Formats: sequence, C-alpha cells, structure tokens
Amino acid sequence: MTSHKIKCRKISRGHVTGSVIISQEPLSFLGGADPQTGNITDREHDLYQQNISGKILVIPSGKGSTVGSYVIFQMAKNKTAPLAIIALEAEPIIATGAIMASIPMVDQPEEDVLEILKEGDRVEVDADHGIIKLKK
Amino acid sequence: MYLTREEEKMYSGEYGPAVEKSMEILVALGDIYGADGMVEIVSAQISGVSYKTVGDVGLEYLEDLAGEGAQVVVPSTLNPAGVDLDQWKELGFPAEFTKKQLLIVEAYRKMGISTTCTCTPYLVGNVPPLGSHIAWSESSAVCYGNSVLGARTNREGGPGALSAAICGRTPNYGYHLDEGRVPHLLVEVETSLNGADYGALGYLVGKAVGNGIPYFKLVDEQQKKPQVNQLKALGAALASSGAVALFHMENTTPESPEAMPYTKNLEKLTVTREDVDDTRGKLSTSQKPDLVCLGCPHASLEEIKEVALKLDGKKLANQLWVCTSISVKAASDRMGYTRIIEEAGGHVVCDTCMVVAPIEYMGFKVIGVDSAKAANYVPSMCGLDVVFDEWENLIAIKK
Repeated sequence: MTSHKIKCRKISRGHVTGSVIISQEPLSFLGGADPQTGNITDREHDLYQQNISGKILVIPSGKGSTVGSYVIFQMAKNKTAPLAIIALEAEPIIATGAIMASIPMVDQPEEDVLEILKEGDRVEVDADHGIIKLKK
Repeated sequence: MYLTREEEKMYSGEYGPAVEKSMEILVALGDIYGADGMVEIVSAQISGVSYKTVGDVGLEYLEDLAGEGAQVVVPSTLNPAGVDLDQWKELGFPAEFTKKQLLIVEAYRKMGISTTCTCTPYLVGNVPPLGSHIAWSESSAVCYGNSVLGARTNREGGPGALSAAICGRTPNYGYHLDEGRVPHLLVEVETSLNGADYGALGYLVGKAVGNGIPYFKLVDEQQKKPQVNQLKALGAALASSGAVALFHMENTTPESPEAMPYTKNLEKLTVTREDVDDTRGKLSTSQKPDLVCLGCPHASLEEIKEVALKLDGKKLANQLWVCTSISVKAASDRMGYTRIIEEAGGHVVCDTCMVVAPIEYMGFKVIGVDSAKAANYVPSMCGLDVVFDEWENLIAIKK
C-alpha cells in the first residue's frame, strides 16, 4: 500500500484515520447540521441528508453564526461529530468549534483535496504534524 | 505565529486543560487572520450569555470549562442574559428558561467573571484607557470601545473573548494595529441630529460601509456635539446593519485627528434630512406598540432620569421596560427614578433586553423601540413587529 502525503496547516490537534465525506460547498453547522444525528439538514447543501458522524469531513470553508462552534461541541458530546475536518481555508467558527470539541482539523492543503479525494477514501489526518496521507 | 515562553507554556498545557484549550483557540484564530503574535489585554467583555442564543450546549461547554478550574486573569464582564436575574418572576419570564439561564451565569461567575450582564460595560466600570488592547465581543460595545474610548479590539466571538480573558492575551491583528484603524468612507451629515436620528444615521451608514471604517463630519450649524448616549446609539446601529467595529467623528472621538489626513482621497457619502427620515420610516413594521422597550444599548442613568421625569405622577396605557445593567439600576433605585417608573406602571429591567429575552413567548406582539439596532433585530430574532420612533412618542399615557 502506498500513501500520498499532502502538507497542511494545523488548526486543531490530533491524529486519526478514517474515510472521507466531501462537500464542494461551505457549511454552517448552526441550522445546517443536526447535532442529535449528525445529518446535514441544510436543503441547499450538497451533503443534504447525508451523515457526517465519524467521517473525515472535507469542505472548502465554514460560514454562518458563531453559535455554530457550540453545535460542533454538542456533536462531539453526542458522539455524532465528524472524526476530523479538512478545510481549504479555516474560518473562526469551525476552527473554534473543532478545538472546543477536540476534533483534529487542518487547512490550506498544498494540493487540491476537493479534486484528489473521493468519497470513501481512507485518509490519515496528522494535524499535529500538519500532514494528511491518502491511503491507496 | 510567534509565542513568548510564557505563551508556549500555556499552549503546551503547563497551566492545565482550560488554559491549554483557550490558548489553542487563540493561536488558531491568530493563524487564520495572519497575526504575528499575541498582545496582552487589560479587559474582556464576553458574549454567549443568553440561554436563547447558546442553549443547552453552551451551558454544557461553560460548565465543563468552569469545572476544569478556568479563571479569567483580566477584569471581565458579561453580555446581557435572557432574563432579569432578580425580578424574573415578577416580569413573567418562563421558569424553565430562567433555570437554565441562572446556571449559565453561575458557570461564568465561577470563572471569576463579573455577572453584570450588560452591553454597556463602559457604563459599569469596565473602561479601558486610550490605546489599550482589549477583547470585547458585544458588537455595540466593540464599536464604542474602539471609537469613543480609543481602546483596541476586534469583533470577538464569545469563545474567542472567553479564551482571551483566561489567557490575558489576544492575537495581534485587525483593529489592534495602527493600519487597521484607517477610515474607508467620509460621511458628511448635512442635517442636525436629535434623539432616534443617531440610530437611523448609524443604520444607513452601516449598510453603506459594511465592515469598513466611516469618518463622520457633522457639518450642520445647529448640530450639538454628540455625547455618550448619542454615540452609543450611533455605534450600536452601525454595528448591526453593517459590521462596523470602529468609527471616527471629527472633533469628538480621540483618534479622529490621526484619521483625518486619510479622508482627503476618500469616497464621500452625504447624508441629508431626507435620508435620515427615509431610514426612520423604513425601520417600522407596524404601529401602536403593546410593549415599549427602551435601553438598547442598556440605558444610562441620565436616560432613565428623562423617562422618570416624563412619567412622574402619570399612568401608562401600554407596557414599558427600560433595560439597563444592575449597576445603573442600583443608582436609579437610590435616585427614586425606579419608583416613579414603577408607579406609572413601567419597569426598570436589568441584565437583559428585548433582543435576547424570550419576549416572543411572553404574549407581546408589537414592540416599540427608539433604537435602530433593536428595530433591526426584533423582527428577525423574535419574529415580532416593531415601531421605531422617539420614546416620547411610543409611550402612551392614560388620560
């Protein structure tokens, strides 16, 4: 098995391996995700009705109200949170939420992960060293 | 980002998990905004207090943090809560909501944060000096602190401000830097302003400037120099229709002399009487309020005094809340203003306001406000109608 390494920037600490779920659109956790189930509830979003629990969430960015940080924390408490988050550009709401919830998060990957990664790919997120590894 | 040895210790957990997590949030925010390092702060003002906005999850987060022994290291005050913490029963606040609200405030108290729940920290002794670095999160207080006091803060989110209060630091970017305080739009106001005009002006300029910095010139000959109450209304409106964190006003705000040279080549917005009246009209969605809510931002003692003088010996035909902080209410009690307002049938309500209280569940339909900020938020956050006017026109006296 080979692994393709991509350098990133650490936002929130941690080191996990899991399968990815990919969105092409910015996500607001407040109003956009159900903390009870981990389902995406925003009808306008490309992940509508999909479940992000235990997955490595790959998104361009976050958006929306600052209360969204608390929603991520709630998901972690409910065990419905994503396993890790990879963003093209972190913004304060999801970054703060990821740290509050102790979910590993990286941003600014040196390659276009929205192109390279495919749904269900196994990926290792080593936020501590700012590296993601695609396992193929 | 550069961290001092002390900051490295905080980041690596030497001071326990609460400091570690807080520092991690500050470093992430600093990285996102391109900060070169941290600055030490002298004051914090923390949002995320009303149970209506943060809910059970906010409560859980705060209780966890307080349980880990988190303590603030700079003078810190809270934003308004969802109820009057003392008179909630008399005023009809729902008991279940209040129970949760009291737990949220208790968690903050355990962390050493003053439980004066107010959007006007500068009226209750949280008054940082010119040029000092602070971390404030209530948008109207941010605008006042930056503009009128000349202290330096970004528009912090609740968790960011709390982290800053716990670490005594905030990342150095944006409004903390000289280059972040340069004006973007020159606003010449050709009409003289009175009462609710200040809010209307803030509302229309906030829409025009977005998250930029306006520089005001009040050119009408009749114009009096705005004071605390007018500047607080203006800033609150600027921060609610736009995302304004700082304004300059010629001959009024402390940094306007430094800002003036930058106005030479700026785009100019001229505001006439017609513009102000047009905005005033647009902010109302109904007529005849059943509840008049004053004190957005929280009323000063002088504002309460004016209402008391007007109501002395009279009876109100509609309900009246004058919202303020517990500190100003204590002074109002001693001055006899609270008694006059209560004898007329009104209330001096502390710790909360019409935007963060659950007024939509308290039987009110149309809310009368003299604040453009409240007129902006009451329809969207409470789903109720508003009337925006001078407070003297909103209150109805029994004949």
